[in-house]
Amino acid sequence: MNSTAVSCRKVNKIFAQGELAVHALTSIDLDIASGGFVCLSGPSGSGKTTLLNMIGGLDRPTDGEITVAGQRIDRMSMSDLAELRLQHIGFVFQAYNLIPVLSARENVEFVMQLQGVPSSERRDRAMAILAEVGLQGMEDRRPGELSGGQQQRVAVARAIVSKPALILADEPTANLDSVTAEKLMQLMRDLNSQIGTTFVISTHDKLMMSYAKRLLKLHDGRIIDDIIQDDRQE
Amino acid sequence: MISISNTTATLAWRNLWRHSRRTLLTIAAMVFADTLLVFMLGLQFGQYRMMIDNSLRVFTGQMQVQARGYLDEPHMFRSIPAADKLATSIRNNTRLDAVAVRGYGFALVSSGARTIGAQISGVDPQHEPLVSSIPGLVKQGRYLQGSNSNELVVGSTLARNLKVSPGDELTLLGSGRDGSIAATVAPVVGIFESGNRDLDRQMLSMPLDTFREVFSMGDHAHSIIIGGERSQADSIAAGARAALPADGELVLLSWEKLLPGLKQAIQADFTSAWFMYLVLIVLVAFGVLNTMLMSVLERTHEFGILLALGVRHGRLGRMIITESAVLAAIGLLLGMLAGGMVIWYFRVHGFTYPGMEAMGERFNIPSVLHPEVSLRSLLPGPLAVFIATLLASLYPIWHMRKLRPIEALQTI
Ligand SMILES: Nc1ncnc2c1ncn2[C@@H]1O[C@H](COP(=O)(O)OP(=O)(O)O)[C@@H](O)[C@H]1O
Ligand SMILES: [Mg+2]
Repeated sequence: MNSTAVSCRKVNKIFAQGELAVHALTSIDLDIASGGFVCLSGPSGSGKTTLLNMIGGLDRPTDGEITVAGQRIDRMSMSDLAELRLQHIGFVFQAYNLIPVLSARENVEFVMQLQGVPSSERRDRAMAILAEVGLQGMEDRRPGELSGGQQQRVAVARAIVSKPALILADEPTANLDSVTAEKLMQLMRDLNSQIGTTFVISTHDKLMMSYAKRLLKLHDGRIIDDIIQDDRQE
Repeated sequence: MISISNTTATLAWRNLWRHSRRTLLTIAAMVFADTLLVFMLGLQFGQYRMMIDNSLRVFTGQMQVQARGYLDEPHMFRSIPAADKLATSIRNNTRLDAVAVRGYGFALVSSGARTIGAQISGVDPQHEPLVSSIPGLVKQGRYLQGSNSNELVVGSTLARNLKVSPGDELTLLGSGRDGSIAATVAPVVGIFESGNRDLDRQMLSMPLDTFREVFSMGDHAHSIIIGGERSQADSIAAGARAALPADGELVLLSWEKLLPGLKQAIQADFTSAWFMYLVLIVLVAFGVLNTMLMSVLERTHEFGILLALGVRHGRLGRMIITESAVLAAIGLLLGMLAGGMVIWYFRVHGFTYPGMEAMGERFNIPSVLHPEVSLRSLLPGPLAVFIATLLASLYPIWHMRKLRPIEALQTI
């Protein structure tokens, strides 16, 4: 587990906002080891979402190099990026992660379907992972019939079910009450230790940051602090 | 592959019913347009069929045998030799009695002080009633009897212009097939009113053998009229053609060749109607376009999630077009069903609307219409709506083709 899951070299992202150039990320240098559990923290507007989007190939850096799962992604085509995301990256967003017309199980199966996993295997794996995130008996509910915390659990289950190299979560707990939020963090932390999947999670909640093995602090698009924390939550 | 396209279909189906009222309204619009198109087309085809049947029934028959070139330049010498024998073998080949021999000539017709040019038809009184309605449309007197009696039946307008009625005599003066003078005097025994203006104004008939004598025709004639059912036209034509001599001097002409004006009138009417239908189809397509665009735009964030999961734009497009296809297919099936039921009802019970009687009189058709229940009534309209619906879904797809994941995700 000493390989590198993500590396950024001199990554800049400049948004043109009318006449103004917004430096959302400035000269980011970063290596995240496989199996890491990294929190990106920082105030609103500090560049957390932008950095996650760059790493996930949802957007391109203005310049700099980004390598994910051994592949340079900063100059990849849209369709190669889609394939990379499908095979190697799971996403969890702040809210509205799920496809509303599909049940919890179908949402989890969806990615496996795209990957071509046979249907019986899909079903078994989806049922197992939903049980693991504590949603046994709720597999056939649609997102609208689940609470916010349950929806986020489905999103985490969907992200992790095909064992990607990397899971990117952008303020996954922001819409949850603190008890539910902590449970979700604990869940992700558990999955990280069991499966070894790398997590990069953005948050501006102090409590959430305490779950991180490594805490990166962002300010105005720069990394201003990089703290290795002990595993006291385990 | 199968499971993936299954997902696409499942997603499409469920997405359609997310806003069930909107979807139902869209389907209702399609079904309404389909029904209207099926009804209009069925009515049109029914009307054309009736127009054709009624026109052919009067005098033309389903098809005719003529000498080559006679149709374009009807000279008396372009005639059919041994016409009666040929008619007999056509009757044998087609197993159809409705085969009648005719000769045509032109003469100046006089009664007292009035002289009018008229078309003379020499007809076989035995078979003529089987191919023409004129023998049954004699309003005064009677129709011709015997193939060599010396008598005439005259069109009603012509009779009025000549001021003759049954019992009066007419003098005919023309030229025969060989260029000799053709002249005779014969009594009027009947006056017909066919409803066809030209025939009523210009034509008088005499028995075929008398005609041949007057116009020096020998055993020749100008046309062999073949009746029968139009649905059987192909097999009748095959039988008739087999009876024709191989030298190609005689030709078999379909009604389209015999009455090009009728065919053109139908085509012109059809073209102008299609323009109206096209407008209707385009309107429905825009309705569907609106629905699809709305349903796509409101799901932009969701598409962002799908793109983030690794779904490609191509699949996104397929998802959208599958939704339209399902919507369009429902519309197609229900539309054909509803349209079929409507035209079936009116086929049984007949359809009439104000003003149709006047039109019926003008075109010599009955004032109750029976729509045609056939694939060509049922399919084209709904199919056009179906295709237009699919085309309409291309715009939202085109709109989504370059959607960037982050932009989509930022859309709420
Ligand atoms: N699409 C965009 N266009 C212009 N400016 C943007 C865009 N996305 C983000 N920004 C700007 O980049 C900076 C960082 O934003 P973001 O990454 O969303 O911060 P965070 O997630 O930490 O709140 C902010 O100043 C924000 O206004
Ligand atoms: Mg953010």
